[in-house]
Amino acid sequence: MIIEGKKTVWSQYQKNIADDHYFYIRSCIRQNLWPGSETAFLRIIRDELRKDVIEDANHTTCTGIGYHTDVVPIETTMTVVARLFALMTERGYENMITSCITSFGVITEILETWHEFPETEARTREFLKKATGRKFKVPHNLAHASDIIYKFRKEIKEKGTRSLVNANTGEKLRVVEHIGCHYSKMFPHKGIGGAEFPYVLIGMIEDWGGEVIDYPERRHCCGFGFRQYLVKANRGFSIACTKKKFESMEQFKPDFIITNCPGCNYFLDRWQYVISEMEGKTYSENNDGIPILTYEEVAGLVMGYDPWDLGMQMHQVGVEPLLDKMGVDYDPKKKYLDKNGNSMGSPEKPNVLNFCC
Amino acid sequence: MNKYVFIVGGGVAGAEAASQLLKLGFNVTLAEKESQVGGKLNQWDRLFPSKRKSTEVARFLAEGLSGNNFRLLLNTDILNIERTNGGFSISSGTAKFQADAVLIATGYDVFDARIKEEYGYGIYENVITSVELEARFKEGGKIFTPKGQEPKRIGFVHCVGSRDEKVGNHYCSQVCCVTAVKQAMEVKEVLPRSEVFCFYMDLRMFGLQFEDLYREAQEKWGVNFIRGRVSEAAENIDGSILIKVEDTLAGRPLKMKVDLLVLMVGFVPSAGTQNIGKILNLEFTPEKFLKPSDEHIDTYSTNQKGVFIAGTCKAPKTITDTFADARAAVLKIKQYLEEDVPGK
Repeated sequence: MIIEGKKTVWSQYQKNIADDHYFYIRSCIRQNLWPGSETAFLRIIRDELRKDVIEDANHTTCTGIGYHTDVVPIETTMTVVARLFALMTERGYENMITSCITSFGVITEILETWHEFPETEARTREFLKKATGRKFKVPHNLAHASDIIYKFRKEIKEKGTRSLVNANTGEKLRVVEHIGCHYSKMFPHKGIGGAEFPYVLIGMIEDWGGEVIDYPERRHCCGFGFRQYLVKANRGFSIACTKKKFESMEQFKPDFIITNCPGCNYFLDRWQYVISEMEGKTYSENNDGIPILTYEEVAGLVMGYDPWDLGMQMHQVGVEPLLDKMGVDYDPKKKYLDKNGNSMGSPEKPNVLNFCC
Repeated sequence: MNKYVFIVGGGVAGAEAASQLLKLGFNVTLAEKESQVGGKLNQWDRLFPSKRKSTEVARFLAEGLSGNNFRLLLNTDILNIERTNGGFSISSGTAKFQADAVLIATGYDVFDARIKEEYGYGIYENVITSVELEARFKEGGKIFTPKGQEPKRIGFVHCVGSRDEKVGNHYCSQVCCVTAVKQAMEVKEVLPRSEVFCFYMDLRMFGLQFEDLYREAQEKWGVNFIRGRVSEAAENIDGSILIKVEDTLAGRPLKMKVDLLVLMVGFVPSAGTQNIGKILNLEFTPEKFLKPSDEHIDTYSTNQKGVFIAGTCKAPKTITDTFADARAAVLKIKQYLEEDVPGK
């Protein structure tokens, strides 16, 4: 591997990311699947970095899942997204951040479509006006939340108390990064590092002390692919995709996987459990599995946050082996307690994957 | 004959045109940016279809470049060309040259394979270009991976930077198919126990003996031809390359490990061609090659009177066709100088 070659590619795909004053659009599914991640993002950006971020309780889906499964027509998607723009405009903001990678892809695609075909923007404005009476300005700057964490990754390192280093050996943790397809595969210049060698997560890992693994099936689909999973008959293909990735990365012995897509997080995590139940196979030593973390969770660990405050007890693959490697001081007894100290209940133990507490 | 021709570019077209103009009695100045004439020919080891040594052709070119009415300028960049008294004044550094006609023979560059990011050239050590493979043949024919191992399986990817909408090059580079066939056989000569695969869209074997080469590659050398475009290359833990391709004849996706992946890089208009075209206000084709005044009946004249073009500055060509093109351009220049020079 010639790292200078990668640096050349990375240098060709940089983009302008706004410094402050963000309008934040949450994901439809992340609060269920990774309930601490969006909270951690806002905590880091607002409380640690002192940036101005607002949300609007009236915001809705971007329709991304419906759009990519051909349930929602593009005209509807454009109008719904135009309404999100209107909420931002009404609040006096012009820099939009999306939590979900598909929202980022949908909005990027719409902005590019409007740029190439202005009549589609005019028609959308008309639809929105008729439906809601609202007007809007297009965002001055659109970023995915991982872009923001990437932009402030050095500040996070400075303020943080932990690094991605094995506390026992002093060795860098070995990290697999996986980018959501909708981040840069449709519009490579809209993503840090482009589509083939995306850098947005690598930049975080490197600055926070870890080492990135480039394995042969790095670019392969996580297994979501929308219709691969949403059409029930295709789910065998979905899990086959995920299995292919794990078989490819196993030999590199990753300590964890970081992604910036809700779907990737979900399928790389849940399918490990399914594969282990079906075939008795895990892809790590001691049947621990490979922990899958969101970039906010990784940033939160670096900042020194409690892993249970980050929602890491909701993972299918246990994170404790990783926390132990990093030297994180956590209380196993609090794993399934809510913020008031009451038990949330705990899941059934899997047959193969190790499960702590 | 007291007429002066200034030739920009000392590759095959420029050198052969100079040689023929000298034989016709013209005064010729040949400017070459490199330290020797021959251009890309100097990078090749053996030439298709006969596999003759490129040095034989280079020697032929050099033998034509002599005499009192010939001046060779090596390591020379042309900074400006302007019209003066019906002729041209050419500037290179502080030196100035006068000419009655100018021939542009600035050739081509090979496609920068790094632009096809999915193949990982410049990142994966075992991904090389056809130019680099040719250099290995020229240096003695030893073929090793960068780690010094003998490759057991070699893949050739056709049309890298050619016929590719993604990189904006829609045209065929003409020589890559037959070069891949030639190099595949040469690899088998050096490494008879190796497996060699060529991944192609379709094979454009237009030359008289090219189809025979294609047949020989399969029947005699056992080269495997798979119709399909390689979609991506990635590096395995041992440095070998994992490629994915759709076998469009079998109708199936294919995943394969190769020890060496050779990218058949196509032609792009050279930086020198772009530069000189702008200096002379020449017209370009949509592909950014130099545009002749007529695509059928005069492919040597340009929109600027007295400025002629020859060789691969106007389109991809084989060496054979480049020789023919240079000689035809010379005929056009001769007619111009004998009939059309202002003031005559």
